[in-house]
Amino acid sequence: MQQIVNFILRNKSFLLFALLLFISVMLTIQSHSYHRSRFINSANFLSGGIFNTSNNISDYFGLREQNKLLQEENNKLKSILFNTENITDSTFIDSLSFANHYKFTAAQVIRNSYAATNNILLLNKGNNDSIKQDFGVISSKGIIGIIEKTNSKYATVLSILNTTSSISAKLKKTNHFGSIKWNGKSPNQIQLSEIPKIAPVATGDTITTSGRSTIFPKGIPIGTISNFKLDTAENYYEIEVALFNDMTNIEHVYIIENTDAKHIENLLDTND
Amino acid sequence: MTNLLSIHTVRFIVLLLLQVLLLSHVNFMGYINPYPYILFILLFPIKNNRMLFILLSFLLGLCIDMFLDSGGIHAAAAVTIAFIRPVALKFSFGAVYDHQSVKFNNVDFGQRITYISILTIVHHFILFSLEIFNFSKILLVLKNTLFSSIFTILLCLLISIIFSGSNKK
Repeated sequence: MQQIVNFILRNKSFLLFALLLFISVMLTIQSHSYHRSRFINSANFLSGGIFNTSNNISDYFGLREQNKLLQEENNKLKSILFNTENITDSTFIDSLSFANHYKFTAAQVIRNSYAATNNILLLNKGNNDSIKQDFGVISSKGIIGIIEKTNSKYATVLSILNTTSSISAKLKKTNHFGSIKWNGKSPNQIQLSEIPKIAPVATGDTITTSGRSTIFPKGIPIGTISNFKLDTAENYYEIEVALFNDMTNIEHVYIIENTDAKHIENLLDTND
Repeated sequence: MTNLLSIHTVRFIVLLLLQVLLLSHVNFMGYINPYPYILFILLFPIKNNRMLFILLSFLLGLCIDMFLDSGGIHAAAAVTIAFIRPVALKFSFGAVYDHQSVKFNNVDFGQRITYISILTIVHHFILFSLEIFNFSKILLVLKNTLFSSIFTILLCLLISIIFSGSNKK
């Protein structure tokens, strides 16, 4: 007994080191598995508050650029609005149907990261704005990622530039679908795999979301094909996709809530 | 003693904020970021309690992790270099360290570079191994370690020179 106590006393700094190293490695491993709860995340009042303050200051530097983006989007929406006006005048509108099952919330990115292999963004909307886990996040140009953790005022987003995230995508002109993942190299290229060999693939084709998950609606743009080749088994394509979004420069984003998600998931659960 | 305590508390907070608000967003050439918050660990008084030192390093790493959403990679790297610091001290300062009389302000410049470089490279190697967490991407780990280390070592030297100069006056 005496010897055990002596041993502990003699090696107390090593034991402390081993314990702390063990804790931090466990936290690291946990953060590498998708959607496991993180104990240490930036969606808390201290780091969220500090990033919010710093973003309030640095906002002004990108104002001109962001205004241009918003204006472009306004233009697009206006052109859609005015072009459909004539048609809606002469048709019967069914105001009782529940067609709008996607709810949009505007938010601002207060911390952006794109240089690491597992990138996470921080938004200034949280539980108080009824933002929850697994909501989709898009910008005016294309998809950004999926909400991971929320607290009352802030939310973290698992960016598409994260090697653990995987999103279902399809070719715009046909319905062949695959999944997009990031290999951690360039912040404006992501990889689309599992597109079958039979699909007509060409460089310059547009890739959109497939709508097969409950997170994103169908047809949100992702990027264009910049390069493709068959994989080693020659059954599927490995496609390089150039993103529409400049992930290094995002400010205004929209959070998508699918109000039918629960019903769809319940239905799928009963099938299992 | 209170003076020493306040200096280290201020250094802790200033380095933490500098790191998370400014230096983690440098992204030089797309991916190179310096991590000079380890200066807190490098310049911590040698005679102090070793348990406290390891615990403080862990805390600093954990705070950085909290801001950068990186799990526990900074905590792991920081606690490791805190633990191996005596070895690095002995290697770079030799006999002076045995008498426990190293003053960072008046050691030889070459020795100081050796000391900073050893701990920075170890820190960055652990950091990027844990961040990328994939043995098949060992080349990416080494590339990141090399370039970020150069950046960090330069910044650490600059900061330590600037502030040690003003202390002497």
